[in-house]
Amino acid sequence: MIPELGHFALILALFMVLVQGTLPLIGAARGSLPWIALARPAARAQFLLVATAFGCLTWAFVANDFSVVYVAQHSNSRLPLIYRIAGVWGGHEGSLLLWMLMLSGWTLAVSALSRHLPDTMAARVLGVLGLVAVGFLLFILFTSNPFERLLPAAEDGRDLNPLLQDPGLVFHPPMLYMGYVGFSVAFAFAIAALLSGQLDAAWARWSRPWTTAAWIFLTLGIALGSWWAYYELGWGGWWFWDPVENASFLPWLVGTALVHSLAVTEKRGSFKNWTVLLAIAAFSLSLLGTFLVRSGVLSSVHAFATDPRRGIFILILLAIVIGGSLLLFALRAPKVGLGGSFALISRESLLLMNNVLLVVAAGSVLLGTLYPLFIDALGLGKLSVGPPYFNSVFAPLMVPALFLMALGPFARWKHASLADMAKRLRSAFVAALVVAIAVPLAFGQWTPLIALGLLLATWIIAGSVVNVIERVRATGGGLLAQPRSWYGMHLAHLGIAVFVIGVTMVKGYESEKDVRMEPDDTVSVGGYTFRFVGVREAMGPNYRAMVGELELSKDGKVLRTMNPEKRQYLSSAMPMTEAAIDTGLLRDVYVSLGEPIDERAWSVRVYHKPFVDWIWGGCLLMALGGLVAMSDRRYRLKKAASARVVTQGAAA
Amino acid sequence: MTRFLVPLGIFIVLVAFLAIGLNLNPREVPSPLVGKPAPAFELPQLHKPDEKFAPREMQGKVWLLNVWASWCASCRQEHPLLVDLSESKIVPIYGLNYKDQREDALRWLKQLGDPYVMSISDAEGRTGIDYGVYGVPETYVIDKAGVIRYKQIGPVTREALDGKILPLVKELQK
Repeated sequence: MIPELGHFALILALFMVLVQGTLPLIGAARGSLPWIALARPAARAQFLLVATAFGCLTWAFVANDFSVVYVAQHSNSRLPLIYRIAGVWGGHEGSLLLWMLMLSGWTLAVSALSRHLPDTMAARVLGVLGLVAVGFLLFILFTSNPFERLLPAAEDGRDLNPLLQDPGLVFHPPMLYMGYVGFSVAFAFAIAALLSGQLDAAWARWSRPWTTAAWIFLTLGIALGSWWAYYELGWGGWWFWDPVENASFLPWLVGTALVHSLAVTEKRGSFKNWTVLLAIAAFSLSLLGTFLVRSGVLSSVHAFATDPRRGIFILILLAIVIGGSLLLFALRAPKVGLGGSFALISRESLLLMNNVLLVVAAGSVLLGTLYPLFIDALGLGKLSVGPPYFNSVFAPLMVPALFLMALGPFARWKHASLADMAKRLRSAFVAALVVAIAVPLAFGQWTPLIALGLLLATWIIAGSVVNVIERVRATGGGLLAQPRSWYGMHLAHLGIAVFVIGVTMVKGYESEKDVRMEPDDTVSVGGYTFRFVGVREAMGPNYRAMVGELELSKDGKVLRTMNPEKRQYLSSAMPMTEAAIDTGLLRDVYVSLGEPIDERAWSVRVYHKPFVDWIWGGCLLMALGGLVAMSDRRYRLKKAASARVVTQGAAA
Repeated sequence: MTRFLVPLGIFIVLVAFLAIGLNLNPREVPSPLVGKPAPAFELPQLHKPDEKFAPREMQGKVWLLNVWASWCASCRQEHPLLVDLSESKIVPIYGLNYKDQREDALRWLKQLGDPYVMSISDAEGRTGIDYGVYGVPETYVIDKAGVIRYKQIGPVTREALDGKILPLVKELQK
């Protein structure tokens, strides 16, 4: 009964978003107040209905209702409760429902937090979000219904993919989807602005916090996925340039460009068309990511069972949403005026270079991801593009971007002096140079790449420090008096620097050993010694495990015992490796259990990974920077004040 | 206005490619290793873990390297074909036992028949990574010079065997 209730709620939600996606938009065009006023209640009702549907599916999982096909395919009575809940998004249908729930959630947030917006603007934004929801609800109801029954019911479920039975993967998809879907808000703002012709600084200010919020979630989602791959796949890698990873990285790159270009539009009124185009592109790439993952057009390690009907449906959806908005852009953009002019050396031009570099980087990743498909479609053969391409294209693009990053905060709007900036940044550059020369020598191996990485990272950190000192001195208000958005920027830049340090150090100094170990054998890596104690058998809730015991010591002092596992899940007989990791600020020590070689001996792999956690620490800092920037006071202006800005904007 | 149509134009081209792509099978993508020397490895033999096997021992012979595992359902599907092929003695088949437990693997061969001249244990899947394995089973045709000439992704089927693998093997054996 409850699954039917969920199905019914979803159908009602479709009717609700049909209302939300049409009447308020027409109302805004005609100036009909009652129709405009429909937007907010419709948004709320939509959320309630979709949340009900999601709740019903969750209930079916929690109650082990194996008469629902989707539950029977992705759960099992022995599965622990937390993974039964996470199982809701363990497959295609549920993932889409989660996508839809996120979209409804963002819509609800917009309807609740848009009191300061003119009603017509809010109606347009909610209307556009409603239209996107129409597409996704149709997709779910017609091709991917999670509530389909299985008669007679299965006795037990097939179990959740063991790869997904992990705390990291419980949170990774929701975070990632929050990011993907969050860009729909920036997109809706951009379309609403195009529809109304009101592309101005006020529009940029409204969409900035929303864009930043989506960017935060996407950053965290990607970081979680990378961290999961690191500890779960058992061989210590953290990024693979897999098509599905790229699909999440593309909106991040374009979203980062958008965050910066919105700053120019808000502060200087320039880059308006470009900003709109980026907002459309960020969401389009999120949709494209969904298409690539869900259609099976590209082969990837994230192999999902696919159905060609779904592929065609998403492609049509993609064509309508993106094609329609790009057409609207082509019609409206010529009428948008240019903003303030700026000199060759100015903050605007630095941000423009940042945008160009990020977009070119995104373009090259997109090309690498789709290249096999292009070549295949043209009948020129079949090939695959691997990490060598991405590394050799991506890194050179990021070097100038990282170099300019420290410069940006020092440049004035409109016109800046290079000589002046060079003078102010001299000490930062000297600091970077010293670190780049000295630190690799202290670590015992100096290579140009390590030095370059450290140079850029220190350059960014030192640049931020100089900028903070200068500004606090100049304004005289102390550290706390500075605007939060400015601190947010520095925190996020610091995050990038920390990330660069992590990548540089791990690539430069990691060491690993693959050895055969018998009890009491020892192996050393990076100054740490492992003593193999033995392997015992253990039972988990739904798996059998061989648990290894190794004693970690340094300089003769025993630090701790590490327990890597080798699990065999009962329902799928798929072996899984659970690495044991000793995490530290400056290094990880990582051990994973291989296979038994004979009665006593096992193959064991040990790694020493200096600074690896800085990679994810950097991402956390970036997200934190976003959060601080979002909390800036100027986004919480009263309705009256922002209405005045709007009229000014309209007059200008 | 034309320059504002550029994004739309690019997108239409992209959609066209995606539409064609939907009708193609990405699983047919051969490994970038086709035409390249088979990556070297030295791994313990499944039956005699104390002895190792390395592909260079196969210099001068055409052979098949079949990646399999006892936990892989599609391997059962192709298995009778491999047993048939091994009885015909046309070409030696070597098995790369991928991410498997030794006992499970041995039991599996006992139950279903052993078509392999020898199986090699790649318990950790490292060699699998070198070979670009992205799904078990996969089968490689390796020529006398040790160069990979063909890669079958997924189970070997009758059509693939008669249409591609055996003709290629015969030609390479000349």
